[in-house]
Amino acid sequence: MSVTIEKSGPFGHAPSSVSKTMITVLVALLPATLFNVWLFGWPALFMFLITVGACLGFEAICLAWQNRPVKATLFDGSAALTGWLLAMSLPPWTPWWIGVLGALLAIVLAKHIYGGLGQNVFNPAMVGRVGLLVSFPVQMTAFVPPKPLFSEGAPGFIDSLGMVFGGFKNMDAISAASALGHVKTELTKGVPVTESLPQVFDLTNMITGMHIGSFGETSAILILLGGLFLMVRGVISWHTPVGLMGTLFVCASIANFFAPERFPGGVFHLFAGATFLGAFFIATDYVTSPVSKMGQLAYGMGCGFLIWIIRSFAGYPEGVAFAVLLMNALTPVIDHHIRPRAFGRTSKGEPLSVRGDSK
Amino acid sequence: MKLFSIRGGIHPDYRKERTSEKAIVSFPLPATLYIPLQQHIGAPAEVVVKEGDQVKKGQMLAKGQGAVSAPQHAPTSGRIAAIAEITAPHPSGLPQLTVVLESDGKDEWVGDLPQPIADPFAASPDEIRARVAWAGIVGMGGAAFPTPVKLNLGTQLKIHTLLLNGAECEPYLTCDDRLMREHAAEIIDGARIMAHTLGAGRVVIAIEDNKPEAKKIMTEAASGHAGVEVIGVPVQYPMGSERHLTQAITGLETPARKLTADLGVVVQNVATARAVHHAVRHGRPLIGRVVTVSGGALPEPKNIDVLIGTKLSDLVAFCGGLTKPAKRFVNGGPMMGQPLPGLDVPVVKGMSGILALTAEEVNERPASPCIRCGTCVTICPCGLVPVEMAAVIRKDHLDQAAHLGVMDCVSCGSCSYICPSHIPLVHYFNFAKGMLNAQDREKRRLDRVKNLAEARNARLEKAAAAKKAAAAAAAAAKAKAAAEAEAASPPPADNRPGA
Repeated sequence: MSVTIEKSGPFGHAPSSVSKTMITVLVALLPATLFNVWLFGWPALFMFLITVGACLGFEAICLAWQNRPVKATLFDGSAALTGWLLAMSLPPWTPWWIGVLGALLAIVLAKHIYGGLGQNVFNPAMVGRVGLLVSFPVQMTAFVPPKPLFSEGAPGFIDSLGMVFGGFKNMDAISAASALGHVKTELTKGVPVTESLPQVFDLTNMITGMHIGSFGETSAILILLGGLFLMVRGVISWHTPVGLMGTLFVCASIANFFAPERFPGGVFHLFAGATFLGAFFIATDYVTSPVSKMGQLAYGMGCGFLIWIIRSFAGYPEGVAFAVLLMNALTPVIDHHIRPRAFGRTSKGEPLSVRGDSK
Repeated sequence: MKLFSIRGGIHPDYRKERTSEKAIVSFPLPATLYIPLQQHIGAPAEVVVKEGDQVKKGQMLAKGQGAVSAPQHAPTSGRIAAIAEITAPHPSGLPQLTVVLESDGKDEWVGDLPQPIADPFAASPDEIRARVAWAGIVGMGGAAFPTPVKLNLGTQLKIHTLLLNGAECEPYLTCDDRLMREHAAEIIDGARIMAHTLGAGRVVIAIEDNKPEAKKIMTEAASGHAGVEVIGVPVQYPMGSERHLTQAITGLETPARKLTADLGVVVQNVATARAVHHAVRHGRPLIGRVVTVSGGALPEPKNIDVLIGTKLSDLVAFCGGLTKPAKRFVNGGPMMGQPLPGLDVPVVKGMSGILALTAEEVNERPASPCIRCGTCVTICPCGLVPVEMAAVIRKDHLDQAAHLGVMDCVSCGSCSYICPSHIPLVHYFNFAKGMLNAQDREKRRLDRVKNLAEARNARLEKAAAAKKAAAAAAAAAKAKAAAEAEAASPPPADNRPGA
């Protein structure tokens, strides 16, 4: 008996695959997602399904267009994950076309234009979110206060369908600002942080997730749970999340120490907005972040610093998406300069000198 | 003892339990043996018998040529049926010159075997080295580097430690494990002889912690000898890599492009130590070895004591034959072993394993796009960035790959094994290393040609100049003589040829 030889070893492989990794991430997102479906009700669920479905649809079209295998690639989980993360970063009650347009930006513009899976420079979900945010600021900043499923005043199934596809009425009346937005708006009116912050910041609610925010970002504890699950499964490591949250916390705390009226503290920054979601699920995106652990730490720190800068000084109250995109642009630079030290060489790449030459 | 950590590494599915509890069995004398003339790194051996000769067991069939080579001996007695080109155990499936020995069934030893060296520790290192060289011993862990060359390192460098590699970190393989359990005293004796030859005061026997029985037996066998330690090392592939094992035991990191010997450490395999024991204490050449024959396609995997030159197909039949379709045949372990196109090839000295792996075990899939997960970077025991090197090699930028350190890659295969996209990373690196080595050889050849040509031109110019100077001197002398003779006629024009 003889066999043909196509390549050298190894002749064995770990039971790992791209879809296994993607599915693990989806599983990690599940607790926070289910909680927020309950928290924001049917409209949020429809928005979520529309966004994920649209991403899969665009992915299929792009693959077919490029004569790539549609069936095998479509269900590797990458497009579903992009859609899922995009949906989590959108306001919970949005019209259907927001989700579809976001999916178009994410999958077609940010991913397939660059060559598909693994080739994109920028995080597709964040390109989708930022594209929507700058194009449709009204829809993208209309947050609703929690309206748990089946609670009083929560829209029913049919009503919700009408709202998502027919348009939200009286959105101005029911919408409210997020904590970050409130503090920022009050600051522009001359109200110091020390006064505005207690009106919106309740640490317990911030941790559990019972507060205003984007669809998937409100529950710090459930996102942390998912993040820890990913670490245990070896999908992500501590470097990016710790770098991001640590830097954000330190920057905010220092500024708050010197000017408490102007700058909210570190704890507020950690629990407000999309810090947890960004640290564990957005900034850790494989394709657009550095490949080495030290590079990831630097990248996470850069994200944390930029988040604080944008939240504190820019026009937008939230900076996670912008910070991640800016750091995505720096990823090749980080990968070029921060690399592991090769065995037997100095960090500059020169061979080590032989110790004990004198013997 | 304190151990030092090594970078990265993986924990493959070891599958050693298939053979680890089975005692070594001897393979019956085959009717025909095929002894390739090159079973080692270096120059092929030069055949010293001819077709039709009757040879005895242990008789030299081919002698080593040059500094890095090894002789081959007859594994049994019989007749030289042919000296012919036979398919070699190599991925190419190309033939090489091989001595075909028909066994006469008597298995008679040759009469003029060298005498045992009674007290090797009183013998000179040169005497031991000569004996090891005569015996044709090469590294039996897989590299097949001639052992006497390595034992010579003690003359140029100060060697303090002989590190005996019993890590056996490759999945499936258990031949070293079994050898340590069944022949501990012989291995330790061989190691002590090698340490004496190298001038090393310390012998460390490193065994991965997944072989507790071997570790226990070796520790007991070593207990009577000063300066011999048995150390358990963590189960972490590629712990058995020479440089990494040295780092784990001594904490010393071998500089790039240097040898562990530059740090005073020489690494030898346990089976090699046993072969040295046989050569020195019994005057026996290396004519057989223990090999693990395993893999899911075989119903009865075994550790087999086999003569060099036995056909793999016979060994596979001895293990019950291929009861499942084999996707891959491997010479060595699954991580770093070489693929074989077929089983119609002989066992050679460096062959530690023969694997017949099913498609399920091999788990080959078409490569999908890289998702830049960075796992290859995290696990690379050499601190390289496989994802980046593969990307530049794909674009044929070999100079960039060299700059990124592809020549520092030890081809352990961890990155390919772990890659979720099933990208054959180490295949790219092997390709690049081959191309870069070829380029380097070509460059050196051109340099040599250029140097020779320049030297020739310089020589010719020098000769021409000397000739010219001599001619000028002669002309001057002549002119002077003419002048002195007060000849009236003027000298001829300067532009005369040969002036």
